[in-house]
Amino acid sequence: MNTNRHLSKTVGGLLSATLLAVMPLAATADGQAPFAVEKGWAPPVGDEPHGFFLFDRLEYAAGDDEDSVNVEFKGWYGGDYNRVWVEGEAEDVVSGGSGGAIENLDLLYGRLISPYWSVQAGVGYQLEYGPGPDPDRGYAVLGLQGLAHYWFEVDTNLRLSEDGDAWADFEAEYDFLLTQKLVLQPRFGTMVAFDEVEEFGVGEGINNVKLGLRLRYEIKREFAPYIGVSWNKKLGDTADMAEDEGEDTGDFRVLAGVRMWF
Amino acid sequence: MDQYETLTGKGHSRRRFLRNVTSMSVLAALYGYGGVSPALAWPQVGNHEAERLEDGDTDVFNLVIDRTPMKIDGKPANPITVNGTVPGPAIRMREGRNVRIRIQNNLDEWTSIHWHGILLPFQMDGVPGVTFEGIPPKDTFEYYYPLKQAGTYWYHSHSGLQEQLGHYGPLIVEPAEPEPFNYDRDYAIVLSDWTFEDPHDVFRNLKVAEGYYNYQKRTVEDLLEDIQKKGWSQTMRERAMWGEMRMSSRDLLDVTGSTYTYLINGRSPNDNWTGLFKPGEKIRLRVINASAMSFFDVSVPGLKMTVVQVDGQNVEPVPVDEFRVGVAETYDVIVEPTDQQAYTVFAEAMDRSGFAAGTLATEVGLTAEIPEPRPIASRGMEAMGMDMSDMDMSDMDMGGMDMGNGDTEMGGQSGGMDMGGQSAGMQGDQGMTGQSSHAGMAMDHGDAKGGMDMAMDKSGGKAPWPLADREISHGPNDHGPGAAMVARSPGNRLSDPGIGLESTPEHKVLVYDDLKALAPWPDPREPEREIELHLTGNMERYMWSFDGEKFSEVDGPIQFHHGERLRLILVNDTMMDHPIHLHGMWMELENQHGDLRPRKHTISVKPGEMVSARITADAPGHWAFHCHLLYHMKAGMFRVVSVA
Repeated sequence: MNTNRHLSKTVGGLLSATLLAVMPLAATADGQAPFAVEKGWAPPVGDEPHGFFLFDRLEYAAGDDEDSVNVEFKGWYGGDYNRVWVEGEAEDVVSGGSGGAIENLDLLYGRLISPYWSVQAGVGYQLEYGPGPDPDRGYAVLGLQGLAHYWFEVDTNLRLSEDGDAWADFEAEYDFLLTQKLVLQPRFGTMVAFDEVEEFGVGEGINNVKLGLRLRYEIKREFAPYIGVSWNKKLGDTADMAEDEGEDTGDFRVLAGVRMWF
Repeated sequence: MDQYETLTGKGHSRRRFLRNVTSMSVLAALYGYGGVSPALAWPQVGNHEAERLEDGDTDVFNLVIDRTPMKIDGKPANPITVNGTVPGPAIRMREGRNVRIRIQNNLDEWTSIHWHGILLPFQMDGVPGVTFEGIPPKDTFEYYYPLKQAGTYWYHSHSGLQEQLGHYGPLIVEPAEPEPFNYDRDYAIVLSDWTFEDPHDVFRNLKVAEGYYNYQKRTVEDLLEDIQKKGWSQTMRERAMWGEMRMSSRDLLDVTGSTYTYLINGRSPNDNWTGLFKPGEKIRLRVINASAMSFFDVSVPGLKMTVVQVDGQNVEPVPVDEFRVGVAETYDVIVEPTDQQAYTVFAEAMDRSGFAAGTLATEVGLTAEIPEPRPIASRGMEAMGMDMSDMDMSDMDMGGMDMGNGDTEMGGQSGGMDMGGQSAGMQGDQGMTGQSSHAGMAMDHGDAKGGMDMAMDKSGGKAPWPLADREISHGPNDHGPGAAMVARSPGNRLSDPGIGLESTPEHKVLVYDDLKALAPWPDPREPEREIELHLTGNMERYMWSFDGEKFSEVDGPIQFHHGERLRLILVNDTMMDHPIHLHGMWMELENQHGDLRPRKHTISVKPGEMVSARITADAPGHWAFHCHLLYHMKAGMFRVVSVA
């Protein structure tokens, strides 16, 4: 009870502090105002902030034992150099069990450091719920996000929890154009923990490998239904911990969903 | 100067109000309310001209800017109109006289008119934020200036994204002296790109979703075709090269036929604008590219076109079959149909995603065949600004260089290329053979077929290229995050017709090196000073800039000293063609013709190209200098030039 209150306070505090620090930066978009030929005249061209919100995955995932609804989103607001990001990933078991997880919910400040790369820093929150205890934790994030050579979309983060536990994740995806509107997207994800955290079932070392393959049809750029498969394999200590709990270490799912943005 | 201030001051509001009431009622009778003509684009036949009033040594025009619901390509639209039409009416001014243009802004927003290519006092140039504050909503403004030049020009809004909404029209200045060519009739051919989307949505789509409008990206099918044609290793090398750069070889135009309806004089191909002629007549076509984002390749299949003016300036006549018109450029050509048949005036978007078409015919209602659309071309390594002179091309499939047949991708790689600050580390195992090593020389596509002359010293009697030995320097971090690439060895592409075009003896395509002035220009001085500017961009975030700095990031103007003679050097460090426009002063393009440089207001710079122009800084004041692709300008590819 006490811990929980302490937790939410910490996370809440961190979140608001970051927001306050980051918002003015993003609002001015790219810093200084253009020089004016004559005082009081609006500049001939100027920067204005933009916003973007993407559901990268919004899907129903049918597995051998349980089905879940998964969501992964990212949104940003700001200029070309400075942006505020919200990123999140969550799943909710809808059949064959109960519970779910907010794997991460991040509020980040991002800064463009090279043509294709942004560094991101901020805070985040993780929660598991369902049968048994509902552990949660807040953490600080330092990330690198961008477009690697050969058009690999890459997002990688280093996280440090309020209890001092550290872990890193890496995700890459690639768009393979079968036609102008039919896109095959393989994706790869992995997580490495530097500390064991039993309540989240996290072992030290490489935790897992996640593979996905999604075939989407872009009815519009903004709206693309897809079908696909995913395979999540737990590894090392993490796998052992799962086996001790009587869980499978491999999880194969068939997916149907939609990718959309606003 | 006082004169202009008085004329544009707010002192005469009542008189102006009365005047405007008068002109408005005349207009109301002419357009729409009087039932004479429904709100449409232009009439199907001929040109639509503004009424010219005379007041002593001054010609007077009344223009009303408004939103006018109408049909474009048969679909309801609500464009910004000048005197009720899109394009606005052709304005015929006269060299040697003054002109007074009274603007009534009926919009709910600020507006402006810029007289593109006209040399005038800077207060009359019509660029909000640079030369005046703009024309407030529901208010008036009076332009007044003397005309000291003749030729084909155009006018357009310089406010926000209004140009995309139809706010443009042709401007013709009749010469005081007879022109060095004859014609029996002339037509303005205003090319434009219309979208039913809100231009701000278009801009946002470009900003948040790279490649939003490109439906001609490379697919798996293209990959398989390439492997079949060029073999596995060649294809993989090429893919790797583009992948290394995270660039698309198919990124020719940012906004495409997927949203654009391409228009001639406000009319889609279905609405078939028609210019009438009698067989045997010489027809002067004044081709104006008033589009926001589209380069066009223009031809009149079945007829040779003789180019006689470019950007309103006379050039030595060049007969061609096709020419590319960059955004904001103008080309005057003369055609001589001798038969009683109809001819298509065809303007295909550079990326082949669509076309504008109209007809030249002896009577209304006729049409001619519309050419088969050509496949999209892919950019080759010349677009990256690589030095290809020390490479060996022996194992290269020369068929791949045939730009006219579409799919061209050069497989060469160069260690000198640097993308996004990371050295690509490539190997120069391909390129051109049999050419002398010539630093910074660009590859000449047509040469493979013997169809074009090279921008090299071998062409006897041609003036040497002033930039031939120029070393291009980039700073330690190149141009920062705003520039995704730099051209390490930008070259001379003045004799390159451009992506997707090939000039052959059977099908001559105009190149900048063909343009030759009729006589030397008044200022014979050599340049005292050089200004080098790099065209830079980052497609991922749709940032466009000069030297990596968007307009919002610079803290002052580019300074020209009054009276000096300058060489402006433009280096294109991007994968796009950019039409660069300088207001208020001519740019004398330094091509192979020595002192007979063609004079331009807008110079299209190809990817990987380096180009130079002489400028006489004889126009004091503040002037806009920018890329004329509307959304590039909006994104920051804009500077102020201050002459003092």
